[in-house]
Amino acid sequence: METCAEEVQVKLLGGRSSPFVLRVRIALALKGIHYEDIEETMNPKSELLLKSNPVHKKIPVLVHNGKPICESMIIVQYIDETWDTRAPFLMPKDPYDRAIARFWAAFIDDKLLPCIRAVFTGQGEQCQKAVEETVANFLILEKALRTNLCFLGKAYFGGDGIGFVDIALGGMLAFVNALEKATDSVLIDAEKMPLLSAWMDRFCEADGVKEVMPDPVKLVEFICATRVKFASLPAAN
Amino acid sequence: MEGCGEDGQVKLLGVTRSPFVARVRMALALKGIHYEFIEEDISIQNKSELLLQSNPVHKKIPVLIHNGKPVCESIIIVQYIEEEWDSKAPFLMPRDPYDRAVARFWAAFIDDNVFPSIVRAFRGQGEEQHKAGEESVENLLLLEEVLRSTGKAYFGGDGIGLVDIALGALLVLIQTVEKVTNIVLMDTQKSPLLSAWADQFCKADKVKNALPDRAELFVYLSARRAELTSPPPRN
Repeated sequence: METCAEEVQVKLLGGRSSPFVLRVRIALALKGIHYEDIEETMNPKSELLLKSNPVHKKIPVLVHNGKPICESMIIVQYIDETWDTRAPFLMPKDPYDRAIARFWAAFIDDKLLPCIRAVFTGQGEQCQKAVEETVANFLILEKALRTNLCFLGKAYFGGDGIGFVDIALGGMLAFVNALEKATDSVLIDAEKMPLLSAWMDRFCEADGVKEVMPDPVKLVEFICATRVKFASLPAAN
Repeated sequence: MEGCGEDGQVKLLGVTRSPFVARVRMALALKGIHYEFIEEDISIQNKSELLLQSNPVHKKIPVLIHNGKPVCESIIIVQYIEEEWDSKAPFLMPRDPYDRAVARFWAAFIDDNVFPSIVRAFRGQGEEQHKAGEESVENLLLLEEVLRSTGKAYFGGDGIGLVDIALGALLVLIQTVEKVTNIVLMDTQKSPLLSAWADQFCKADKVKNALPDRAELFVYLSARRAELTSPPPRN
């Protein structure tokens, strides 16, 4: 396979379970970019991680020709803008459509994700409340698919092909599905969210995506094991 | 100002005390875009039809409405302004993809870390408030370090850019919260470059008239702080 000038050195500092890392993997896979996969154990955090992301000390970090880029959706935009002649184009061309794409990616990160995290870390009643809030936020996305002119009748949020919002949400799917199993809850309800469910199936089967999805069994095990740890921690103030 | 003509119809829904609205006003002013400012009543029960229709998901200001189409979330609006009026100087985003990623990173840091620590310092009491103040100082030290490493007048380089707008709009809020709570959020001794940048930013042409209304913000935050610190009514 030919490597072009930009690909000279692409490294992804990440892990197997992180949905944020998965977003970047999907973007790289869709663009056909070769990279060195560096597994970050996080415990303890490696020298490379602390050097590349001193502010947040989190994964993913993309290191391109020695320069680090942090924050998953910022990395995805970087990939799209650096390999800007390579299809697929992850961001729309029109400024208004781009603003809409950024809006929904921000909704996913600022509203949906904290609820998913609360399901992950919560127990009993707290977890149940978080489940309800997560469902409410997924319903907002379902409504967007149903009523927003940018998305109406299209296969993906990005149109005919996978785009920015699809990656923002799609990167979460494996984790969400595993979380449903681990907590015996329904977060993406096929009856209440027919468009979202159909989109989910389509996304998970797409070329580029299916090859990088994590092992669902291992992910459930990881979530269950981590939830046990959370349960044994003293209650937060 | 009338919001019609070569730029199309531009409306901004907002309130003059909001730093998030200020970000949009700054971007519009810098690009010389004429717009109609629609002052909103943002109390829960009084939100206008236009606001609820334009931002049904969050029901928040600012909302930019360009030729009838709404754009929400201040940093997203600023990027929209930059991309829609992409031939109008000044250019608020760098050209190089890496520099753009760095600008987005710091804008996100300002929204996800700097702003919340200001809010916690404002709302908190005792130890919690003290900790929030320290966090705010630490966060701003990281931005001081950015200016130190680039040696430039602005985060955007020689001129104002996205990060300058993102942080600059918060300056009036920072100063007002410091006044109302007596907590230090920005340590001028520890962050001399940032302090110099702050002075320069607040005096900059076009920006200075788009800053949040200082007096209004002081009145508003004083009232809020009084509510937060007053003992709850007995039943």
